[in-house]
Amino acid sequence: MIVVFGVVLYPMGRTLVLSLVDATSALQTEFTFSGLSNYTALLSNSEFWATVWRTAVFTVFSTAVELVVGLLLAQFLNQRIRGQWFFRSLVVLAWALPTIVSANMWRWILHPEYGALNGLLMHLGLLDSYKDWIGGPTQALFVVALVDAWKTTPLVAILLLASMQTIGDDVYEAAAMDGAGAVRRFLSITIPMLKPAIAVVLVLRTIEAFKVFDIIYIMTRGGPDSGTTTIAFYTYLQAFSNQEFSLGSAAAYLTVLFIFVLSLVYLRMLRTDSGGTA
Amino acid sequence: MRPSRFYRPAMYLCGALLAVVVLGPFALLLLASVSPQAGLLGKPPDLWPDSPTLDRYAAIFTQAAGGVAGDFRVALVNSLVVAGCSVAVSLVTGVLGAYAFARLRFPGRRLVLFVFMLTYMMPPLALVVPMYMTGAALGLLDTRTSLVVVYCSFTTPFVLWLLSGYFRALPAELEEAARIDGCGRVGALIRVVLPVARPGLISAGLLAFLMAWDEFFYALIFTSSPASKTVPVALAEFTGRYSLDFGLMAAGGLLAAVPPVLIALIFQKHITRGLAAGAVK
Repeated sequence: MIVVFGVVLYPMGRTLVLSLVDATSALQTEFTFSGLSNYTALLSNSEFWATVWRTAVFTVFSTAVELVVGLLLAQFLNQRIRGQWFFRSLVVLAWALPTIVSANMWRWILHPEYGALNGLLMHLGLLDSYKDWIGGPTQALFVVALVDAWKTTPLVAILLLASMQTIGDDVYEAAAMDGAGAVRRFLSITIPMLKPAIAVVLVLRTIEAFKVFDIIYIMTRGGPDSGTTTIAFYTYLQAFSNQEFSLGSAAAYLTVLFIFVLSLVYLRMLRTDSGGTA
Repeated sequence: MRPSRFYRPAMYLCGALLAVVVLGPFALLLLASVSPQAGLLGKPPDLWPDSPTLDRYAAIFTQAAGGVAGDFRVALVNSLVVAGCSVAVSLVTGVLGAYAFARLRFPGRRLVLFVFMLTYMMPPLALVVPMYMTGAALGLLDTRTSLVVVYCSFTTPFVLWLLSGYFRALPAELEEAARIDGCGRVGALIRVVLPVARPGLISAGLLAFLMAWDEFFYALIFTSSPASKTVPVALAEFTGRYSLDFGLMAAGGLLAAVPPVLIALIFQKHITRGLAAGAVK
């Protein structure tokens, strides 16, 4: 335990110190204390805010897709049909694929010149000229978010399914007797009963989406035109490409703050919600 | 409830859609890994090779280290070693820590557990610079040891978190009985608690393994030579350097996917239960 504390808490403190001083080298040992200037520099920088905005768009979009598709997928996986083990295995398979592999795979599939998607669509005659799927900055952000959703929706579905399985059949049967159709049962029984699980998924996915790095590193390196430079990638660029360790540390701490506040908000929402319906 | 006549066809349609969305990209990757390079770079690419080739896989397994394909194999071994060691260390510390949190009352218990969770949520970016400096000071940069230490910083809190919930759910009477029979605390933990908690240990260990196997960012920063690079870094670097050799990328990627996919499919029950428990508690 002491070891873990040493490995995690020391760097945490050290990063805090770094964010307050003026360091431009990883191996520098003497610093000038610069107070909050790294933070004010960031907060008054329009590029930083553009990054925050992109991160927010990425997070909201990918989390929304994951939640909606994940819910439907979990509902599907919860049906008693033959071959269900196969469909569940498919979902586990997609979840287990390492992130880097899936990012590489999609980078190739979506490649503007040699990609399989363009090739496939041409073969099928659905496309008459090659398209650059991640050519525009905004478009690229959404495509990257979709790739993230492809990779993570299975996890969301697995979590929601686990919680769905705890709902008893009798509730549904009673509702069906009262004349509630399938959609109605889904909306008025499943969703409300899943609220705690949904809240957990939202918190987890938001935090993860804020930290998204590998997919962007592989697929776009933050481009085109900084279109996919989200906050984690921005921090990485500052600290490791521009050697602005202090600025990077400050950005990292602002991320932590965002994550922390968001989790608190979610927890609050969850608590008032369950208080209201119980 | 009598399902309507459209129920089954509709459900299998959903299933087919799922299969296409999941297996489609996989199938493309598999085809790319056996397609000759010329076909892959055609316009449009030839996605159904007439003469499939296993050369890339052969190269990965037989080429000497130092070659592009050979380095993939080295990276696979590195990943196995790093993930394996991280799991071993974090299981031992995690079991002891989780047991302490579940059974012992000590001041600040909740606070410490909360701090653990916080460290687990920290973005790696907030930790990596000082870790790098420490690694440099200890001369550990570019070694597999440094990665094991760093990976334990997130696998251990995870194992601890999962297992402390698991231990708390076990009846305390079990151990009490063992202790009346003359076991010490550690004896009771090893002889009574651990055997009962085996499914939990398996889920925790496997999920920690998958986390370590998947980790990219730390590995990217900490390793620089092929002797210590893990699979994600090797793959990323490969796409950076030979960005058009999609075939070898596909072969390497598929091999990198084999261990986690096998683990997840074989231990599906443990994995899904562990995920659910880890998220909800």
